[in-house]
Amino acid sequence: MTRVRSKRKSFASRVAGLWIVPVTLVLWELATRLATQPYFPAPSTIAVRIQELWFSGPLTRGLLTDEAIEAFAPSLGRLFAGWILASAAGILLGVAIGRSARLADYLDPMLQFGRAVPPPLLVPIFFALFQIGMATQLAIIVFGVIWPVLLNTADGCKTVDRQYLETARVFGFSRADVLWRVVIPAAMPKIFAGLRLSLSLALILMVVSELIGSTSGIGYGLITAQQNFLFADVWAYIVLLGVLGFLLNASFLLLEGRILAWHQRARRTI
Amino acid sequence: MLELVDLTHSYGAYRAIDRINLTVKQGEVVCVVGPSGCGKSTLLRSIAGLIKPSGGAVLLEGRPVESTPDNLAVVFQDYSRSLYPWLSALANVGLPLRRRGLDRKARDEAAMAALTEVGLGAAAAKFPWELSGGMQQRVSIARALAYRPSLLLMDEPFGSVDAQTREELEDLVLRVCAHHGMTILLITHDVDESVYVGDRVVVLSKAPGTVVGDLTVDLPGPRDQIRTRELDAFVKLRADVGRMVRGITTNHEMETR
Repeated sequence: MTRVRSKRKSFASRVAGLWIVPVTLVLWELATRLATQPYFPAPSTIAVRIQELWFSGPLTRGLLTDEAIEAFAPSLGRLFAGWILASAAGILLGVAIGRSARLADYLDPMLQFGRAVPPPLLVPIFFALFQIGMATQLAIIVFGVIWPVLLNTADGCKTVDRQYLETARVFGFSRADVLWRVVIPAAMPKIFAGLRLSLSLALILMVVSELIGSTSGIGYGLITAQQNFLFADVWAYIVLLGVLGFLLNASFLLLEGRILAWHQRARRTI
Repeated sequence: MLELVDLTHSYGAYRAIDRINLTVKQGEVVCVVGPSGCGKSTLLRSIAGLIKPSGGAVLLEGRPVESTPDNLAVVFQDYSRSLYPWLSALANVGLPLRRRGLDRKARDEAAMAALTEVGLGAAAAKFPWELSGGMQQRVSIARALAYRPSLLLMDEPFGSVDAQTREELEDLVLRVCAHHGMTILLITHDVDESVYVGDRVVVLSKAPGTVVGDLTVDLPGPRDQIRTRELDAFVKLRADVGRMVRGITTNHEMETR
């Protein structure tokens, strides 16, 4: 048996490692109070604003206010819809490109071009194509986040260990079995790395898509607050986005840990 | 049952194997031994249908090998990359049986029987990375057994395990294959192993590899790690094979080197 004991830190030591957070908050509070700049409200002021804006609602709704639901629901809807659409398309295309050298040769120049274009620059084109609305916002997110998934999937499917494939050939696996039981599982770690990168990009592009041409969501709230010089509100939105990004990443890691347990534990034993 | 006729393969200008002729009879255990770079792997890959040889023919049960034949299994040297880490031992052994048209239950039963045969019945639910190197190679052997091939190819199957595990695995292969009457072609660079395991030892020369010796191993069975290896006949054969591998044909030549 070569089962190696897990090197994960204990829960207590991980919590203890968080001392940097309160220290930063205290320093930030002191600095902003001393500076008394309107653009930089103290964290305590921001926290109060966050509570007033979004978490002073009825208990039955988990304290969420109407504003919170109006801001979060459409934003999260766009974020997940965009991310899922991009992931599905990215994985599908990525597998095709990764498995077919000819397709890869045909599409590579276009992919390199598409990947290099910053998605916010395409906003006017999407407006022209889809008018202002959900379709445009989704198009911005999908176009921006598809690349990591697509390229990682293609790479993962292309670089499957030769021995895995030769084993499959020797034992005469059908084409479907090679794809579903060898290539895709082998590419999973890379696919997941792409999905995770895309998820964090989706958050950014969700905000971008709402800054322009939207009348709801977190990005819309942020730009409105900024235009009305509500600096505490602006900061409240920024903090909210940070927390949201953190939560998304943490939940994704949890999911990945479950699905890729074989990979992570296999790596630890090498 | 296996016949190689003038089998030749070149990679570009480099000729790896040159007109190899070899016949393996049903139920025989043939070891192919040679110095490193003698085209052993090229030979194995040609027989398995993984590469198309540039010349000559491979006949398996009378039929020319074109793509990978369905009555042949391979045990690779690198067990860590031959087993799929996302599948349990049982699933790894059972997966090739989908080709046999067995349903899930029959596949699991056959896989379990093969794992039990190699002494891993209790580890069926474990993943490859939870097993030691020797155990992983046993899973590979079980996978080949469950597949019920007419010919089992082994590519330096014990090259990546420690000496003790190696002896265990050698005996395991001899026992299990005798039980099934399986035909084996085992490729190795280890002279000692080739004589211990084989009914016949075929010696390849340095590249371009060609057959320079074909010896019948006339040792009493069942083989025993200690007793077989101390037999005069074993020592003599090992010396003969060793000389051939090093390209020395006579004692005189050895003295003058």
